[in-house]
Amino acid sequence: MSEQMSPERMSPETQTTFPRHVRHGSNSGQPVSRRDGRLKVTGAATYAADNHPEGLLHAVIATSTIARGRVRSLDVEAAKAHPGVVEVITPANRMPLHHDPNEKMPPFGFRVEVLQDDTVRYVNQPIAVVVAETLEAATEGVRLLAPRYEEEDARTGLDNGLRHEAQSVGVGAPGTVSFGDLDAGLKGAARVTEGDYSTPPQYHNAMEPHAVVAEWDGDTVTIDMPNQALRMSAASYAAYFGIPAENVLIRSPFLGGGFGSKAILNGPQILGILAARQLGRPVKLVLTRAQMYGPVGHRGRTWQKLRLGTGDDGKLTALHHHSIGATSSFDDFVEPAANASLMLYESPAIRVEHEGLRLDIGTPGPMRAPGEASGSASLEIAMDEAAEACGMDPLAFRLANYAETQPGTGKPFSSKALRECYEQGAAAFGWAGRPLEAGTMRDENGFLVGWGMGTAVFPCPQFPAEARATLRADGTALVETGGADMGQGAWTALAQLAAESLGLDLDKVEFHSGRSDLPDGGVAGGSGHTASAGQALSNAGGDVIARLTELATGDPDSPLFGAGNIGVVAAEGRLHRRDDETRSQSYADILARAGQKELVGTGKSGRDPASAEAFAMHSHGAVFAEVKIDPNLMQVRVSRLVGAFAAGRIINPKLVRSQYYGGMIWGISFALQEEAVADRRTGRIMNADLAEYHVPVNADVPRMEAILVPEEDPRVSPLGIKGVGEIGVTGTVGAIANAVWHATGIRVRNYPIRIEDLLRRR
Amino acid sequence: MKPFDYIRPATLAEAVTEAARPGSAYLAGGTNMLDLMKVGAAAPERLVDITRLPGLDAVEWLPDGGVRIGALVRNSDLAYDARFAASFPMVAEALLSGASAQLRNAATVGGNLMQRTRCAYFQDPASACNRRESGSGCDARDGENRMHAVLGFTEHCIAVHASDFCVPLVALGAEVEVESSDGKRTIPIDELHLLPGDTPQMETALRRGELITGVKLPAGAAAFSGHARYLKLRERTSYAFAVVSAAAALQIEDGRIAEARIALGGVAAKPWRAAEAEASLVGIEPSQPAFARAGEIALASAHPSGANAFKIELARRIVTRVLTRALEGTPERMPALPGSPFAARPDKTSGVAHV
Repeated sequence: MSEQMSPERMSPETQTTFPRHVRHGSNSGQPVSRRDGRLKVTGAATYAADNHPEGLLHAVIATSTIARGRVRSLDVEAAKAHPGVVEVITPANRMPLHHDPNEKMPPFGFRVEVLQDDTVRYVNQPIAVVVAETLEAATEGVRLLAPRYEEEDARTGLDNGLRHEAQSVGVGAPGTVSFGDLDAGLKGAARVTEGDYSTPPQYHNAMEPHAVVAEWDGDTVTIDMPNQALRMSAASYAAYFGIPAENVLIRSPFLGGGFGSKAILNGPQILGILAARQLGRPVKLVLTRAQMYGPVGHRGRTWQKLRLGTGDDGKLTALHHHSIGATSSFDDFVEPAANASLMLYESPAIRVEHEGLRLDIGTPGPMRAPGEASGSASLEIAMDEAAEACGMDPLAFRLANYAETQPGTGKPFSSKALRECYEQGAAAFGWAGRPLEAGTMRDENGFLVGWGMGTAVFPCPQFPAEARATLRADGTALVETGGADMGQGAWTALAQLAAESLGLDLDKVEFHSGRSDLPDGGVAGGSGHTASAGQALSNAGGDVIARLTELATGDPDSPLFGAGNIGVVAAEGRLHRRDDETRSQSYADILARAGQKELVGTGKSGRDPASAEAFAMHSHGAVFAEVKIDPNLMQVRVSRLVGAFAAGRIINPKLVRSQYYGGMIWGISFALQEEAVADRRTGRIMNADLAEYHVPVNADVPRMEAILVPEEDPRVSPLGIKGVGEIGVTGTVGAIANAVWHATGIRVRNYPIRIEDLLRRR
Repeated sequence: MKPFDYIRPATLAEAVTEAARPGSAYLAGGTNMLDLMKVGAAAPERLVDITRLPGLDAVEWLPDGGVRIGALVRNSDLAYDARFAASFPMVAEALLSGASAQLRNAATVGGNLMQRTRCAYFQDPASACNRRESGSGCDARDGENRMHAVLGFTEHCIAVHASDFCVPLVALGAEVEVESSDGKRTIPIDELHLLPGDTPQMETALRRGELITGVKLPAGAAAFSGHARYLKLRERTSYAFAVVSAAAALQIEDGRIAEARIALGGVAAKPWRAAEAEASLVGIEPSQPAFARAGEIALASAHPSGANAFKIELARRIVTRVLTRALEGTPERMPALPGSPFAARPDKTSGVAHV
């Protein structure tokens, strides 16, 4: 059967239409193509900045070029005199807010810069907003402001930043965790390996920059913006503007990437909404690429130290992981890098510690695999070095230190098919033939060849979420949740889960998402969106089927009369008697006989607290990398990547593979390319554009394989979904670094690995 | 951005007259100029759009076997011109190693020659830059400068010229045809781009209003076609400027090098012809030690301008390697990764175009 492309309108609110899909059997577990794919490749999908309400004004933020000091003057008159400029908003005339921007906004909000005063705390901090009839006029207005500063010395590194013990890291994790006797473990070790590692600042660089289109009507506001946490954000914006949460409608049907930066409120977005309110007209504010480097979060720079004690048997006797994480001078987000050492390997003594380093930078924030990426990038090199010291194969060494229970606490894992990941990944890669010694492999062209591996791990949270399912008289259904599709495929996977729970074909289900006035879809972060919103949708569908069953089995004229809940199966839009599937009744018929136009069910999700207490819950994986290196010029090319991942139940293997590929490509980026280069004197980022801030191009991406290792886990949630969005980054970075060592014999402990790191020592 | 006038003249005479007025700049593909205007590093009062001028978009073969490339020929059109690529393979390879496919489709031959440095301090109006604003200083000198010059720089400017295309052009002795209201003249390409000296704001030998109308490659340049390669080290496989690059071309007669051409990119404010290194090879049998010596000679006057000493060693090795590749012979087909060290070698037939 050929795919029919006759579009069917699925969501009139967002003008979202999807082509009909090819039916593969049941809804869940099928590799359904993205239902929004055609919209995206044809440009029909609308992103926030595509909205142009009547009377729209354009706002452009002026950003500081200094890292620390105060704004002494702005030539507001010159900007206002420019044709088309409507208003210049500065600390002098900014309308008041109802929440102090110097106070954090619970639960995840940071202190934000919204023109509360003339201090400058980092480069690219907003210092004014110019609003004009056109984007060009607003842009020129910003230039005409010609800010003058009173500048103080910028604190940009370890030598001049303020170090302090980090009580809490990431989003509320403890800064220090200790199990066992570290000193005894190190003293009793046959050998101790240690090293200093560093990771650079990285910026999210989603294809779609942050954008907001805001239109007020009295005390209510409609906001078009890419957003990973619709309800939470709506409540926070409401608090800033002193209005009820239900007066804020956020529409976010599609995001051009989020990676964590669109889950948390930031200054520029608030300023866009504020400008619309202050001027009484709709306003659009889009950040330039360069303006993305400062006010909207980033992956903070880290300096890490690892000490590993090992015994003669190759087992860890001690694991010490210390990390200094750069944060801003005025708020705290310390990359929880060392906590990666709490998740993977068995050791009688483990100590992880964090310090913060206050610099004149924008506050860092969560960026795809926050903590796990930077931490495992270092830990996996350290494990490789320890394996080398023990004369062991890196995989055998990891297996020797396999954690059967959660390191330190001894809690059982809800499930952990990591051993299978190692086995299947190693087999697919051909790891067994790997020589122990570095620098011995060459390919037919004479290039150095190296093989390295790393373990991947990521927690699998489940957030509170809600959903509603409405079965309609014609036997079709409407399902709704305020979810977010950053490109990961929520429009497809969530609809698959909803359709499955309703016993309906995907095409019989209309799915509404991406709006804050829908039931709360929770946060699309922490790799937990499918597990959270998906469970709520599934429960809502189940609720509808339960109600429908009640109607049918209580109807004396139904073929299902008297069958009771236990004896009915929902499939293909009909309820069937379990003991005699020839006896069935269509949903439409059941509703019609009951005289009901529709049947509404609701569902919630949230982790069972008893299960959360009893078990450690993670997704796991193993990544194997091959690099080729020019033996003389030392240019590195990743030539092969194999990842094997176990992440509970897989709803859509096609989308999941794409998530793993995306994560692994990010691993290439982290290992070999990405770095925001800040001038040590000024703190200005000298490569704040996509030409010079490198991420991989297609030609950098080798043949990749992502193996979906089967895993069942009824403990994480009834559906058994763990999450796949971030784990792919974690094992890959270290695997590539280790492959570089294996090709050259050179240990590079600073990311990204550059030509000069390999050249100067050869 | 700052408002500006936009003029689209119909004739060359009109264009050069308009452009002679102060504050004017030519606009062709716009792949560099528009970016600079957006970030505020360039603020012309008047853009003279030359893309509609007639007669500047042809590749013409001259009776003597040389070729004249119109200034408006797009980079990708030139690279994929079969006769051109066969005659001047390292020029085609350099073109295809530059920028991205989309940029190559827009960028023109004349514009490529006129592109400005990618020094981050030049592109950042908040930084001091003698090239952008004479006498303001050079923030790159004590700044982030691992990609900066190792040859021909001064305390006034350590920027590099970013073009790939110009590197083989310099090696092959191309000539640049320019025109203004005062008439036409021809400039050897090695004299087009200027080293900074104490006037880094003077970037080229062009006079005000002069327009590049074409680039000529002499007939003799095609004699290298059997042994001509371009090699570019970059930090990702496409859409990245060279850390260091080099073009090399050889003529081999009776087992000896009859003539050699070598030029380097990414090392100086101009594409760097290594004439002494070329001379060291003439008349000798090609060998690895000879190529290594040529690398030493090419970089003999190099020194770091900052945290970039590695580029000197890298440049030596690249000269050696690109000579080795040239000796191996020009591949019959353009490699899948033009200019890359990972492009397949012609004598290895592993069946894959790249690893």
